[in-house]
Amino acid sequence: MASPTAYRKPLPTIDVWNKPFWDACREHRFIAQKDNRSAHVWFPPGPVCPTNRSSDWRWVDLSGRGTVWSWVAFHQKYYDGFESEMPYNVATVELDEGPRIMTNIVNTTNDKIHIGMRVGVTFHDVDDGLAIPLFQPLAEGGR
Amino acid sequence: MAEWPLRDKICMVGIGTTAYGSFPETDSYGLGAEALGKAVADAGLSYDDIDGLIVNRIPSYDRFAEIVGLNPRFTLLTETPGRFSAISLMIAAQVLAAGEASYIALVYGNNGRSQRMMYGGGAGTWAPWGMTSPGAIHAMMYRRHMHLYGSTSEQLAHIAVAFRKHAGLNPNAVMRKPITIADHQASRFICEPLHLFDYCLINDGAVAWIMTTAERAKDLRRPPVYVSGFARQDTLVESSTPDPELWYPALERVAAQVYDRAGIARDAVDGLMIYDNFTPTVIFSLEGMGFCPRGQGGEFVRDGTLELGRGRLPTNTSGGHHSESYMQGWALIAEAVRQLRRDECGARQIPDCDVVQYICATNCATSIIFRR
Repeated sequence: MASPTAYRKPLPTIDVWNKPFWDACREHRFIAQKDNRSAHVWFPPGPVCPTNRSSDWRWVDLSGRGTVWSWVAFHQKYYDGFESEMPYNVATVELDEGPRIMTNIVNTTNDKIHIGMRVGVTFHDVDDGLAIPLFQPLAEGGR
Repeated sequence: MAEWPLRDKICMVGIGTTAYGSFPETDSYGLGAEALGKAVADAGLSYDDIDGLIVNRIPSYDRFAEIVGLNPRFTLLTETPGRFSAISLMIAAQVLAAGEASYIALVYGNNGRSQRMMYGGGAGTWAPWGMTSPGAIHAMMYRRHMHLYGSTSEQLAHIAVAFRKHAGLNPNAVMRKPITIADHQASRFICEPLHLFDYCLINDGAVAWIMTTAERAKDLRRPPVYVSGFARQDTLVESSTPDPELWYPALERVAAQVYDRAGIARDAVDGLMIYDNFTPTVIFSLEGMGFCPRGQGGEFVRDGTLELGRGRLPTNTSGGHHSESYMQGWALIAEAVRQLRRDECGARQIPDCDVVQYICATNCATSIIFRR
């Protein structure tokens, strides 16, 4: 059944609201909902804009850039799929468009991660049906 | 401004707690039934007097009521997170004040230890990135606090050391062996920057309280402990990620209400019971209530401020969730009542204890002021 290289990390829980997000990730597009009147951008996806409760919104492409708000390193195993990467990092990233998300910072080491660090999205292709958005350092001063 | 209508109107009149530890031979129903029996006896009531029931962490309210043979006119199962201990108390107070019940039993039972409860893993919005567990959220928030204010991991150690010292005075505490600052710093990381000793215990046990009106409380077996005031403010917008303000505005709002409602000033508080799921919440709570300025909680807890016999704010005199028992606020509130009765705490009694404040810093921030 499972080959040694099989992806063992937890898979996203897809619902009717976040399905377009995950579909876009597969195409390496990082999107969120934006309210047509207030211009508010939010995440996780939901049926209405949380600031004016309007369903008059659209999906927009985000810059994929943001700033590390805080981060942690997991030394305790909660998921088998992350065991080989312990202590693995998780960061809260404040996206340039406003929403905060949680993600892993890749292509660096934990000792290089710091609050205020500029990061940009990259995608890990799990298979044809799924890509996970991850973030990596932008060059210092990276916009 | 008119006096808060619930001030001193509702009392804690019965307390029951089980032993704490690992009890695979029973479950949360068995533990809850034992605690309830003790609380009913403590109040000097009979089961026939109980006409309200709130159960928490016990899976089913109807099965529990069936087990203990109760047909209340008010029954409720509250959500499992620890913030619902204070919320359950507040709901009970309002139900009693409205006359919808006369004596409410509130029963909490937890067998997380023998069920090998992990408090992490499973599905969730951030599971694809391995983000899970309440401890990790607090680790993320405390790293931010360290960044903003220069607070340190070593400052958290003072909290863990104080609570362990208190547990040494409590025969019913699970972890009684003293620890040092160095022990805390040497304990392994669970979710960095938090160490093992920043985390609460996981154990089995149960707690029950009996609440009634101040009128009815006068005639019962034990002296009443008054619920002088309480307040709550939720922070649920954008709560899929850690609150950028570290719950401070909500706590500040609770502080602005709770002392006024109780008619008791912050300076009159003799002891604190702080929901200590992880050590950083103690700092958030102290700052939020205004015991120290925002950002200075780390410095404030150094040098024994929270230690019985040493500091001016004895906190979690039972040992709290870190060293007595992880009863999600329920045992802390039981300890508040016992402190105010003044004859049950033995070596850990706060001298001349008149007022105890409970504080819970979460996305449903709460505080309750109790007096004798």
